[in-house]
Amino acid sequence: MEEKTFEPRIIAFLCNWCSYRAADLAGTARIKYPPNVRMIRVMCSGRVDPTFILKALAMGADGVMIAGCHPGECHYLEQNYKAMRRYAMLRHTLRQFGVEDERVRLQWASAAEGAQLAEAIREMVEQIRQLGPLQWPTYWSENGRREEALKSIEREHEEAMEVPA
Amino acid sequence: MTEKGKLALYWAASCGGCEIAVLGIDEKILKVAEAFDIVLWPVAVDAKVRSIEKMADGEIDLCFFNGAIRTSEQEYMAHLLRRKSKVLVAFGSCAQEGCIPALANLTTAEAIFQTAYHDTPSTDNPDGVVPQPETEVPEGKLHLPIFYNTVHTLDQIVPVEYYLPGCPPEPERIWDAIVAILENKLPPPGSVIGAHTTVCDECPRERSEKKIKAFKRTWEIIPDEETCLLEQGLVCFGIATRAGCGALCPQVNSPCIGCYGPNEGVEDHGARLMSALASVIDSDDPQEIDRIIREGIPDPAGTFYRFSMAHSLLRRSAFATNGRNAEEVPAPKAAERSG
Repeated sequence: MEEKTFEPRIIAFLCNWCSYRAADLAGTARIKYPPNVRMIRVMCSGRVDPTFILKALAMGADGVMIAGCHPGECHYLEQNYKAMRRYAMLRHTLRQFGVEDERVRLQWASAAEGAQLAEAIREMVEQIRQLGPLQWPTYWSENGRREEALKSIEREHEEAMEVPA
Repeated sequence: MTEKGKLALYWAASCGGCEIAVLGIDEKILKVAEAFDIVLWPVAVDAKVRSIEKMADGEIDLCFFNGAIRTSEQEYMAHLLRRKSKVLVAFGSCAQEGCIPALANLTTAEAIFQTAYHDTPSTDNPDGVVPQPETEVPEGKLHLPIFYNTVHTLDQIVPVEYYLPGCPPEPERIWDAIVAILENKLPPPGSVIGAHTTVCDECPRERSEKKIKAFKRTWEIIPDEETCLLEQGLVCFGIATRAGCGALCPQVNSPCIGCYGPNEGVEDHGARLMSALASVIDSDDPQEIDRIIREGIPDPAGTFYRFSMAHSLLRRSAFATNGRNAEEVPAPKAAERSG
């Protein structure tokens, strides 16, 4: 069978006021970008709790993008700075978990920057394609001897622990 | 209560602190013995696993299970006690969210054995003997439990009715829970038995707006006794940790380390702590933010997930980094993983 190229699955959280409009603009301007990104609109990049990113990775995403207004241009004044700090904190933690930096990306994109957003998506898809699939849930499974070991305990108890009345 | 109920207490991957906490209810333990026959409690009562196996399913009314699941024997006991118990309580932080044992989820079973049986300076093991799950002896085959790669919470192995948080649960909260059980005033199944608010609500320190230029570790400063510890730069987790302890640590000038787990409605304790701590950093410059985080929090996974690694969304680290910082050891490509 011919080997298929790996298509990364990327979840992107886009802020309503800048980045989602940048994505819209990319669409109306017919700028092409790879279809590997599933976009979720949030009101502000400051709404993106680290929980969202971890959940996406834990559910099988290969990467997560957070996109918001440029620093100083937040519709809610300074919430994108909070996004910036949370992103820095999360990245610091994720390194220790063995998640590569490229898999979680913070991208500023104003409503006029459809082309820049498309380019960032293209770049991220390529980087993650190089890294390969993340498949986080596979880390949770134990090796195949588990079932056998559980059964052998049951068996041994029946054979060895029976005390004659 | 006319007829005595049956109570089991069991421990898996834990330190024994939960058992001491149970005895911390003092003479009220006699009231527990009035209401229940204790059918299993390895630390204090002589009872046999075989006699539990021979019980009818659901014959035990209440089981307090402390400790996480890291070996096949512990998993077997979790299944057994689930089957025999009407109400199974994940007792304490290990059973609820993995606690300290689950910090081993930053490494692997193989690496742990390497350290324990080969690398430690005090190890004298010239033949390189390591425990085997199966050994042939003249009398037959001997088995040791399998040591898992990942420490699991109790509810990742079997369904659980209730959770009693804390490392260990405070004796007063244990008694509250026992009273709730005896008076049949339990919250709906699946609930945490305990407060819904945070440690900050119980903390008497004065709070104002938090803005921090540097995180401090406990040995770096002697904090003033009136002001919020987080405002003084200490990494205090009271902001996102469940109340129930009475803010014992902050009251003696020591920051909350999060042992009561997340407050109500929070899925990932570490994520909430990261979010809260990042928000108080007083800088808009990415480089400065990075520096403040790097210098102030050298062990982020062990700090934010000290008690909740197994229950976190990621549950463990990727296999190849063995708990070392990925900056030192680049993570391998996914294709090279053994899985």
